[in-house]
Amino acid sequence: MKNPEGKAAQNIVLKIKDVTLRFGGLVAVGDLSMNVPEGSITGLIGPNGAGKTTVFNVITGFYKPTKGSVDFMGKPLTGLPPHKVCEAGLSRTFQNIRLFHNETVLENVMIGSYVRQKGRWWQNLLPFVFPAALREEREIRAGSLELLAHLGLAEQADAVSSSLPYGAQRRLEIARALATRPKFLLLDEPAAGMNPQESVELLNFIRKLRDDFDLTILLIEHDMKVVMGVCEYIWVLDRGLLIAEGSPETIRTNPQVIEAYLGKDAPVGDGPVGASPPVQ
Amino acid sequence: MKTKIRNGILNLLSLGVLVYFLWWAPGNLDGYKLRIINLIAINAILGLSLNLIYGMTGMFSLGHAGFMAIGAYVSALLILTPEQKVTMWILDPIAPWLLNFHTPFIVSLVLAGLAASFLGWLIALPVLRLGGDYLGIATLGFAEIIRILIVNLTPLTNGSLGLKGIPAHTDLWMSYGCLLVVLLFMIRLMKSNFGNVLRAVRDDEIAAKTMGIDTFQTRVLAFVIGCFGGGVGGALMGNLITTIDPKMFMITQTYSLLMVVVVGGLGSITGSVIGSILVTTLLEWLRFVENPVTIGSFHIPGIPGMRMVIFSVLLIVIIIFRREGIMGTREFSWDWFFPTGAPGEKSETKGVGQ
Repeated sequence: MKNPEGKAAQNIVLKIKDVTLRFGGLVAVGDLSMNVPEGSITGLIGPNGAGKTTVFNVITGFYKPTKGSVDFMGKPLTGLPPHKVCEAGLSRTFQNIRLFHNETVLENVMIGSYVRQKGRWWQNLLPFVFPAALREEREIRAGSLELLAHLGLAEQADAVSSSLPYGAQRRLEIARALATRPKFLLLDEPAAGMNPQESVELLNFIRKLRDDFDLTILLIEHDMKVVMGVCEYIWVLDRGLLIAEGSPETIRTNPQVIEAYLGKDAPVGDGPVGASPPVQ
Repeated sequence: MKTKIRNGILNLLSLGVLVYFLWWAPGNLDGYKLRIINLIAINAILGLSLNLIYGMTGMFSLGHAGFMAIGAYVSALLILTPEQKVTMWILDPIAPWLLNFHTPFIVSLVLAGLAASFLGWLIALPVLRLGGDYLGIATLGFAEIIRILIVNLTPLTNGSLGLKGIPAHTDLWMSYGCLLVVLLFMIRLMKSNFGNVLRAVRDDEIAAKTMGIDTFQTRVLAFVIGCFGGGVGGALMGNLITTIDPKMFMITQTYSLLMVVVVGGLGSITGSVIGSILVTTLLEWLRFVENPVTIGSFHIPGIPGMRMVIFSVLLIVIIIFRREGIMGTREFSWDWFFPTGAPGEKSETKGVGQ
């Protein structure tokens, strides 16, 4: 999947078609069409206010597009509420981490598993009548611990989630998203607030996630090192419009992208776009 | 495993103590004290059901008195005999179809809960789309509507005259039996993954939606379960006091329940039980401030309602200095008494022994 020639043969798992979202007179996203092939790591970049997170919110059902459609594995997602989108197999993280602060790390992940839980809530009240429900609860607990171990959070399983250090909170948010057993993961600025060392670790972590969990990943990122390092294909938004798409190499040298990031008369020189990434 | 056995034994022991106390109390305590002990259990049931709505699922509801009223009236109307009903309805004759309804107490208790939760469900559908203070205002309004309907639907409810002569079915066994069932229900519920989901909806609704939780349905469900508890509590209360009238179910009733929940700790099962003990006994004990007092040559006449003033001050003090209440969101655990016990192994939460 990494060679560009094979791309045509790949399945398009997420298809955004002519999506427009207007807030009154403001066009937040204008006529956006993009495809994300199965098993890829795709980047969605653009300067601040370009509408990247809005695109995420349209995909995950928080906004209903004014026009256009979003298809996931051939089924329409447009108009579904967020929890149905999650059931369909898309999960996401947030730019500003949104954990369940009063809950422990383990409970956070268990909450993520709930969407796949078959036992009804009242069955757990009568454990002797519904042993299967009780067994499922135990399995969820065990599975969540396993997932935490996989992401290196096993030791903090009983800690309250808000007590974790920042990087671990980001990882926990990803763990929680994975607990919903998604096929598609949307990461909103996973590297925000991380130092260069942590960003490099994140690169490997994202690749490992994709391989271990059979995911397709779409990520928003400002850190160009991360974007160029991990993404196989990149879409660039500016002011709600798609201005470029392509492999990291073509994006790096695309004059329109450079202009969007650095302004029109900036001395571009030989520095790549990533030379001075705009800080959020 | 060892702690599990230990906790099991301790739970049984405290249950035994409770049973012994309930057996001992009726012969050795006067009626006033017995009523307070009964009220503690009933307020604990009501507090737990409000805590499920407010503390655990985060819906600020001020409608509990309304659901209590529904429960109390449904239960009373089902228990009263036709003869009693005929003599009681003075202003308007009773609706004929209601006259001959008669069920045993336990059935009326369940039906009271079901009626309250059905009404709760009807109210929840439009109202739970609101959040925060708006929800509080809307539920408060609905509770008041229920009360006013009871006042005016004379053929059904005997209006503001209320219902008298309800058989005193609520004894210690009944109220504490119900409390035990409610406690077990709450403990199992909050320990299950669904309990986690309720807390998730409270903590961050957007994140909960993203995790595939239908937050609206979850809130409706928690609200309806809480209303069931409110109805049962109201029914027990009616059968304890043997007289009910619409004035019993004014906002002050919700307010004292809110106090039970807030004093004990929002989101703590143990907290609601402790809160119920404290608030119920304090409300009674503080009655002395309403009596006339003579200190030296000063004579202070009794001021009715003074204890509510003191109670309000207490509540303000708690909100300022210990907002999380006595328990916060923690739960009682036998491990408190065994500091060397293995950490991490969570023990059974229990409220028995009170």
